[in-house]
Amino acid sequence: MAAPKKAAASTAQDKPDGGSPPEFTREQELRALRDMLLIRRFEEKAGQLYGMGAIGGFCHLYIGQEAVVVGMQMALKLGDQVITGYRDHGHMLATGMDANGVMAELTGRRGGYSKGKGGSMHMFSKEKHFYGGHGIVGAQVSLGTGLAFANHYRGNDNVSVTYFGDGAANQGQVYESFNMAELWKLPVIFVIENNRYAMGTSVSRASAQQDFSKRGASFNIPGKQVDGMDVRAVKAAGEEAAAWCRAGKGPYILEMQTYRYRGHSMSDPAKYRTREEVEKVRHDQDPIEQVRNRLLAAKVSEQDLKAIDAEVRDIVNASADFAQHDPEPDAAELWTDVYR
Amino acid sequence: MPIQVLMPALSPTMEKGNLAKWLKKEGETIKSGDVIAEIETDKATMEVEATDEGTLGKILIPEGTADVAVNTPIATILADGESAADLAKAPAPAKQEKAAESAAPAAAKAEAPAPKAARAPQAVAEPDPEVPEGTEMVTQTIREALRDAMAEEMRRDPDVFVMGEEVAEYQGAYKVTQGLLQEFGARRVIDTPITEHGFAGVGVGAAMTGLKPIVEFMTFNFAMQAIDQIINSAAKTLYMSGGQMGCSIVFRGPNGAAARVAAQHSQDYSAWYSNVPGLKVVAPFSAADYKGLLKAAIRDPNPVIFLENEVLYGHTGEVPKLDDFVIPIGKARIVRSGSHVTIISWSNGMTYALKAADELAKDGIEAEVIDLRTLRPMDTETIINSVKKTGRAVTVEEGWAQSGVGAEIAARIMENAFDYLDAPVARVSGKDVPMPYAANLEKLALPSAAEVVEAAKAVCYR
Repeated sequence: MAAPKKAAASTAQDKPDGGSPPEFTREQELRALRDMLLIRRFEEKAGQLYGMGAIGGFCHLYIGQEAVVVGMQMALKLGDQVITGYRDHGHMLATGMDANGVMAELTGRRGGYSKGKGGSMHMFSKEKHFYGGHGIVGAQVSLGTGLAFANHYRGNDNVSVTYFGDGAANQGQVYESFNMAELWKLPVIFVIENNRYAMGTSVSRASAQQDFSKRGASFNIPGKQVDGMDVRAVKAAGEEAAAWCRAGKGPYILEMQTYRYRGHSMSDPAKYRTREEVEKVRHDQDPIEQVRNRLLAAKVSEQDLKAIDAEVRDIVNASADFAQHDPEPDAAELWTDVYR
Repeated sequence: MPIQVLMPALSPTMEKGNLAKWLKKEGETIKSGDVIAEIETDKATMEVEATDEGTLGKILIPEGTADVAVNTPIATILADGESAADLAKAPAPAKQEKAAESAAPAAAKAEAPAPKAARAPQAVAEPDPEVPEGTEMVTQTIREALRDAMAEEMRRDPDVFVMGEEVAEYQGAYKVTQGLLQEFGARRVIDTPITEHGFAGVGVGAAMTGLKPIVEFMTFNFAMQAIDQIINSAAKTLYMSGGQMGCSIVFRGPNGAAARVAAQHSQDYSAWYSNVPGLKVVAPFSAADYKGLLKAAIRDPNPVIFLENEVLYGHTGEVPKLDDFVIPIGKARIVRSGSHVTIISWSNGMTYALKAADELAKDGIEAEVIDLRTLRPMDTETIINSVKKTGRAVTVEEGWAQSGVGAEIAARIMENAFDYLDAPVARVSGKDVPMPYAANLEKLALPSAAEVVEAAKAVCYR
């Protein structure tokens, strides 16, 4: 038996279509850089606060995967819904949710998006069309299909962007959802964030079909493998998928080939992969460095980039400050929001 | 000897039906497999095939006859060489206990579970406080009451839709959604694939955007595949989102034991769902309550588990003819007042409770019977007030006793009316075994009126 194919991190393989994705305008590059940086600095700060004991429970950081949500968000329009699993801070920031509200939820304070009752894995924003934040692996896939069902029922042309990981892709309800989504031609983009490890289990040890873009093949759902480390490739694929959905053609699968630099959660010693593997991806493919290098090559000044760094750091520091000083929820909150 | 053709049962829970049409005349030759008649219930129409050969001797039940009990002889078939003179030799219809061998589908045997009282409790002592005096009543089956509730709410609110297995073209596995596809179309009456976990999640997702799905499970036994979505997604999201995102959704379908469908199709989930904050759980008994509470459930902004009972679907009751008959969730109803002992039940458990109350009255024990109707939030006040009056209580449920709803009621009585109790609370429940298939064992596994009578007498020290 052949050794399981290791999902290579090489840039060449991550561009199944060959060739480079469409170039960004300078404005788009700057926006992408800023939004990805915000996620990275936010997550670094969250990791720090976790280490200080200010954040409890589980905390799953998105560092390394920033290009996926930022690129997808650039392909969406107002009213499109976003839903994901438990590694959700990046998605929230990408949809424009306020850093203070997210960080305060992580610290369990009253100013958090869920008044401190949801925590890291359970946050929502009706205003930003962010539907969570779900702690049961795979459950968001049926729910996201339901969001698309609602769009279809109402006859609008919004799409549901339903994110899940390579691990969740093996859950049964994912395929129940694929079937209904294609059967009813629901406008849902299934974004499979393949970061190569479901907790500590590599894709090759868990998945019979490691090409996740083919996971919808038996339902006739088209799929595409995308270099999830290149924000331009993500946006281009997202636009293609969204156009497909908005045209009433049903769902679309995007396998985002990405990588998380940190452990599965804060308590993960990461014994299942080598330090060299992580370093190599960081060095060769970092989504933020890619944009920064392009901007520098395009003669954007270091100073302009530093200004973005500073703006992002200010937002993140302010959120950390808010999240540590905002009061805990009132004891009476224990009993509210069970029913309405 | 002439062969009798018996009224067949279309389902294990059918007790009677209409003889719609005879397709053969007296004197006509009949071959095995010939369709000789059509019978119908409110749920379905079915052809009666002959399984014997001969001549149709005599039609015993003319076409157009309504409410013919299962196993009633409907015709006789004469074998070769027999004549009309032989008809007298046919066994007397009343004593016919043999299975309907001469008719397909096979009828239930005489030792099948005793037919439950085919009447919802409209003959109760207490008037329904939700119904204004002088209201015109219509007689409906519970199946029709449920259908009307959904149809009325769908007319009222375009965000309400129904989804589930066989709800549209098949008209409902138990014909509860009959006619809805015709009135509302395939956009709002949606047949799903057999995929409970998936379509429950789709329903919850749609509800998070503000739509109001009615998700039908063919039975709640199958909803175990979907229970993660019901509890983790539907029940908890409002809280987890700090009140931002709720979920107005009804999960409904038959719950508990039907008849002769064994362990995997007979579980009562009352205790399971009523354990969960964030859910409301409704389990009515009378036709009027089925209608009024389903309408309330559909309008409720929270996820509601609506537990129906297959045995009751065909039962009729008086339903108020009102433009908008809604019964508030969370209110029990005293359906019979009495001063000696309080019997508390819900759904089909009420069948045993009411029958027992009749029996007890013969012995001079006046039972107060409370139909809980809603399990969560539970109407503790009505229970406690009654127990304060009677000093004795018996709970009746088809589910298991351990961690059951009866256990919860007993605890609440102890907490709130301990000093009023003259005897420990007694529980009558399903036996602590998976539901057996054999008719006699199934009967033993379920509670009975006799057990309720025994328990009531015990707490009355009689």
